[in-house]
Amino acid sequence: MSSSSAFNDEKGGSSSVGEPEYGHDPASGGIFSSDYKRHDDLKEMLDSNKDSLKLEAMKRIVAMIARGKNASDLFPAVVKNVACKNIEVSPPRPSRYRDISQTDPNQLIRASALRVLSSIRVTIIVPIMMLAIKEAASDMSPYVRKTAAHAIPKLYSLDPDQKDQLIEVIEKLLADKTTLVAGSVVMAFEEVCPERIDLIHKNYRKLCNLLIDVEEWGQVVIINMLTRYARTQFLNPNANESLLEEGGEKTFYGSDEEEGKEDKVEAAALVVKRKPYVMDPDHRLLLRNTKPLLQSRNAAVVMAVAQLYFHLAPKAEVGVIAKALVRLMRSHSEVQYVVLQNVATMTIKRRGMFEPYLKSFYIRSTDPTQIKVLKLEVLTNLANETNISTILREFQTYIKSMDKDFVAATIQAIGRCATNIGEVRDTCLNGLVQLLSNRDELVVAESVVVIKKLLQMQPEKHSDIIKHMAKLTDNIQVPMARASILWLIGEYCEHVPKIAPDVLRKMAKSFTNEEDIVKLQILNLAAKLYLTNSKQTKLLTQYVLNLAKYDQNYDIRDRARFIRQLIVPTDKSGALSKYAKKLFLALKPAPVLESPFKDRDHFQLGSLSHLLNAKAGGYQELPDWPESAPDPSVRNVEVPEWTKCSSREKRKEKKVEKPFYSDSEGESGPTESADSGNHTEEQKKSTKSKEPKDRSDSESEDEEESSTESSESESEEESESDTDAKKKKKVLLSISINHTLQGTSLRYYILKKWRIYVSFCVALLLKCSFPSPQAASPTCGPLKTYELLHRITGEGLAVTYCFSRRPFTGDPHMVSVQIQFTNNTEVEARSLRVLEPKLQSGMRIAEFPEIDVLPPGEISTVVMGIDFCDSTQAANFQLCTHTKKFFVTIQPPVGELMMPIFMTENEFKKEQGQLMGMNEITEKLTLGEGCRGDHVIIQRVISTANLSRVPCGSAMECRFAGKTVTSGSLVLVTVVTKEERAAQVTVNCEKMLIGTMLVKDILQALSQ
Amino acid sequence: MIHSLFLVSTAGHIFLEKHWKSVISRSVCDYLFEAQGKASAPENVPPVIATPHHYLISVYRDRIFFVAVIQTEVPPLFVIEFLHRVAETFQDYFGECSEASIKDNVVIVYELLEEMLDNGFPLATEANILKEMIKPPTILRSVVNTITGGSSNVGGTLPTGQLSNIPWRRTGVKYTNNEAYFDVVEEIDAILDKSGTVVFAEIQGVIDACVKLSGMPDLTLSFVNPRLLDDVSFHPCVRFKRWEAERVLSFIPPDGNFRLMSYHVNAQNLVAIPVYVKQNVSFFETGSSGRLDITVGPKQTMGKTIEDVVITVHMPKVVLNANLTTNQGTSTYDPVTKVLVWDIGKLNQQKVPNLKGSLSLQSGAPRPDENPTLNIDLRIQQLAISGLKVNRLNMFGEKYKPFKGVKYVTKAGKFQVRT
Repeated sequence: MSSSSAFNDEKGGSSSVGEPEYGHDPASGGIFSSDYKRHDDLKEMLDSNKDSLKLEAMKRIVAMIARGKNASDLFPAVVKNVACKNIEVSPPRPSRYRDISQTDPNQLIRASALRVLSSIRVTIIVPIMMLAIKEAASDMSPYVRKTAAHAIPKLYSLDPDQKDQLIEVIEKLLADKTTLVAGSVVMAFEEVCPERIDLIHKNYRKLCNLLIDVEEWGQVVIINMLTRYARTQFLNPNANESLLEEGGEKTFYGSDEEEGKEDKVEAAALVVKRKPYVMDPDHRLLLRNTKPLLQSRNAAVVMAVAQLYFHLAPKAEVGVIAKALVRLMRSHSEVQYVVLQNVATMTIKRRGMFEPYLKSFYIRSTDPTQIKVLKLEVLTNLANETNISTILREFQTYIKSMDKDFVAATIQAIGRCATNIGEVRDTCLNGLVQLLSNRDELVVAESVVVIKKLLQMQPEKHSDIIKHMAKLTDNIQVPMARASILWLIGEYCEHVPKIAPDVLRKMAKSFTNEEDIVKLQILNLAAKLYLTNSKQTKLLTQYVLNLAKYDQNYDIRDRARFIRQLIVPTDKSGALSKYAKKLFLALKPAPVLESPFKDRDHFQLGSLSHLLNAKAGGYQELPDWPESAPDPSVRNVEVPEWTKCSSREKRKEKKVEKPFYSDSEGESGPTESADSGNHTEEQKKSTKSKEPKDRSDSESEDEEESSTESSESESEEESESDTDAKKKKKVLLSISINHTLQGTSLRYYILKKWRIYVSFCVALLLKCSFPSPQAASPTCGPLKTYELLHRITGEGLAVTYCFSRRPFTGDPHMVSVQIQFTNNTEVEARSLRVLEPKLQSGMRIAEFPEIDVLPPGEISTVVMGIDFCDSTQAANFQLCTHTKKFFVTIQPPVGELMMPIFMTENEFKKEQGQLMGMNEITEKLTLGEGCRGDHVIIQRVISTANLSRVPCGSAMECRFAGKTVTSGSLVLVTVVTKEERAAQVTVNCEKMLIGTMLVKDILQALSQ
Repeated sequence: MIHSLFLVSTAGHIFLEKHWKSVISRSVCDYLFEAQGKASAPENVPPVIATPHHYLISVYRDRIFFVAVIQTEVPPLFVIEFLHRVAETFQDYFGECSEASIKDNVVIVYELLEEMLDNGFPLATEANILKEMIKPPTILRSVVNTITGGSSNVGGTLPTGQLSNIPWRRTGVKYTNNEAYFDVVEEIDAILDKSGTVVFAEIQGVIDACVKLSGMPDLTLSFVNPRLLDDVSFHPCVRFKRWEAERVLSFIPPDGNFRLMSYHVNAQNLVAIPVYVKQNVSFFETGSSGRLDITVGPKQTMGKTIEDVVITVHMPKVVLNANLTTNQGTSTYDPVTKVLVWDIGKLNQQKVPNLKGSLSLQSGAPRPDENPTLNIDLRIQQLAISGLKVNRLNMFGEKYKPFKGVKYVTKAGKFQVRT
């Protein structure tokens, strides 16, 4: 029995009091009780000969599955009902579905049968499924073809070897001309073969033209795919402008106007040299046909069009998306969150676009914090000389907000505005200085940090501010702020010659109580003062250096040693000390405050990867524009031929279809309304064709459109003739049609039931065939199980444990340990519980809830949490039953003391850069025999330690990241493979002991 | 695409799970709980959470988290929009979207989810198609089922809507009274500063329709002043090309209630702010107390009365209690959530509602820096504040004469007064 279910059962048991029960007969009461024989009543109901009871039982099982309960032991009882006579309950064999999916006269039934078939996930039926899909793909009903397209990814995930055959089917379906199929087949294309961009060529124009009538979900998929397609096939419409723009940007930021002008001239010269850009008519077609979709009610469609325009449209035309995106800001907060992220990226590249909507990004006190911060980001990006005063006034009100996180973000934003726009730097600085007297310490601290950055730009003017800040050291406790002040005083000690030594005196007093970053800055201050004003500060500096020499933190000890060697002249000190002043008091460049959204647009906007700023699995890279356009003629369709062919097909279809069609017409409902329905549909079509269609630029497109129209009119004729036929038969057949109506709809509903039934059997089966919870996470191998109590020592009670690698629900600092009890005796074991844990100091245990009864032969699983304090020392405790006590020990392997964290490659490198020196442990090794290929390495490392993989570009390197459970220190692992099975493992971790042990474990795992 | 769906109550109880591909252990929700623990309110839980092996995309609605688990790249808005659609469908089927109603109808919920997603890709999301396939629960039907012992939802018709070009409309709709009602609802979003000047104001509107017409009517709705509409978005039934060319809404309506369009009024038009607010909220340096004085009166109302005026104030944490008197309506202060609600009701020209009194602060605590914001709610019947007017509604394609009606309402949207 799986742990999760046991855990849930226990949960469900406790919470069942307040929950409604499904059913009212006494038998149902047992479902949620802790009685282990609780499914007996359901089994009885399933075995009974009353169909109503059976249905009731099935309903309850659905309810159980819905709540994630383990109902796998009911599977045999459910399967038995296959033999049941009531067709509503029992499904036929898979091959029978194929028959239905091919032969049934009604399209809904054919489609439904295919859905049942494709949801049976058993490899044995792959050939049957393949056949059925192929047949359905050439079915005359578009709805059946749509279902076929849906079945393709299912089969692909069941058996990836079928890819080639499936691509053939996709190719065929891509050529389909109905809106119903288009969305589904592009979806299948994206899942199975997104790299086969060549399949799109011939269908490109058709997809563009159909787009507006495709259902909304299909639109999103098609637009995203076409964006990628266009990037490979057309030329960059902004190639010339981007050169100009660069020149323009420079004049805006840099003060040296002249240079900018030169640039412009150069750029202009380049433009002249280039060929004038002419947009490919197909490129234009895409832009024109997607534009109306900006008016869609579906936010996903609007976003898809917006990203298409952002990535593909000429600069002058991108503006149209702004209005639509601003409209989405009225939607649900989740939608706002995603849209704002994308707007933030867009505003960096194309600020002008959103400037007219500045006020729409004003923040309301009722917005959730995450929305506020994003709006702030957008406002900051939009700030320029003309609107900065309005924005700053707005920021002033934000600073008074009750939401302190938001206030801190606002201060940062003010800092960024001040660095970007020189005119307001002084105003901002004054405003921030006023904030220094704010009552909230966090506000003050944040202001100090920002002021420090601003002062670096022109320190000489602002000695009074530095003095003011020096006074603050008495009050501010936030380490980052203290450190910033000290750095400022040290850096500009020449501007405040009288105050600086006094600050050092105060700091020397409190040195031992300061945080590490503050201590480092005190050392810096001391060194700088010693160099500029050694008379007053020599002794103080020596004192501080001595204190630092015996500090606990080795970084501080290192720094002290380094500084002493550098600044205090001795006989041994070499040439370097001459340059000490230059080293310490070099002119430092002012920091650039950048938006975190800078350069995010290399991810396709609107994608998950863009949102996370990290590549998500299955993300298709947005290609760069080609240098020269590939041959546009690949998209030409030989029109006459396919019209001919299609019309022939149509005619053939018509012939075959006739008898069925009238049938299905009859089914579609009471006769008159179906009649009138048809009528208006026609009308709609005709109004559509009356609508002024933009005449196309290219010949071929023109032809294509007209041919689409002709095919449309053909189908109209078809339905008309159909109605005629029906009218004739109407009187005669009304009774018999009604009769078949009953039959068909019943068949349809039976199929629907079967499909639900199949999916639910699959759910049952999945529950029982993968009992362990980790089966769901693909990269994590099977968990190692350790023995806690042997069957013999435990006198029949066997206990094993494993580290389930899930966050412990009660306390994030605990490692969750999954314990499994097996009762091998003949008698019940009662009240299993933990007693008298003997722990090292700091360690904690969250005991599992007591197990009241464990009947003979049964297995029970519980989860407990242990805080190991990031050490591999064992947790000792007693395990008690109602009669016995056993002393047991749990010792964690070092790899289990951490939990995976999600990180991008850049973040990884940044963090790694901060964990160098003694925190880095590198070992070389030779990979073991079986250890070839990336995935083996990843698998082995992940099974050794609970880390997550960091997506990375290089094939030679694998990176993993995690943090220790208790202290949250980062654990970064890099495995670099070289030639001839040589490899190198690097672990960066602040906790050296953990690092060393982890390297050892990984070495062992990899060299096996 | 969407791999699994979990429904989680705010208390952290996972009460429904559905898997489309393979079963993902519900422990994946622990990452959501972790994020929830960090966030101050459920609204602050990030909608996208990356976990080592999956991504969780969630929406929070009606005190329920709808959590979709995905494994590969998919546009996040695609999932978010779909989850909202699921919530709306539940709302439509069960009258409310709550833990209790979902649990009561778990079989229907399962059937719905099975139809809405096929292998994780949206299949049928139109309410009309779904209702053809899965009947919403009604009291009558449950009574009949209990008596006859049958409990299947087998309908007498086939869901042919899936096959048609207009999936949003069922065929064979029949009513004895043919009616079409349109509600033009406008909301004023505004931020006023301390002195009452408008920092930002705009009008957003929607047209909600309730159409109960037999057969396949083709409707055309035109406006007196369509130029007012700056940015619009439509139900898929509206023919966009005709809007572009003639500025009329031409559509074959879905059956029942639906949102025909939403719009944004041209930003150049000055927005009439229907009320004025004079407020003075101050806290004293000594004596741990404060004073509050709010006056509200009608301003530009175009001769209509303003109703249902409610003012909500989120007070700083240090405000322990409020001792207030008012000459109209009732005021309550909840010391736990720190929310002051003043329910005024109708605004009269003669008597101007006023609320004043003292606030008592936590003793010893410093005076709060921040001033609370006033959120105002109001409603004006029979007025679209932008001046938008429906000209006429024509019907083609059917012979009967429908009953037509248009109603206008103006409400306050996100209407805030800063202090």
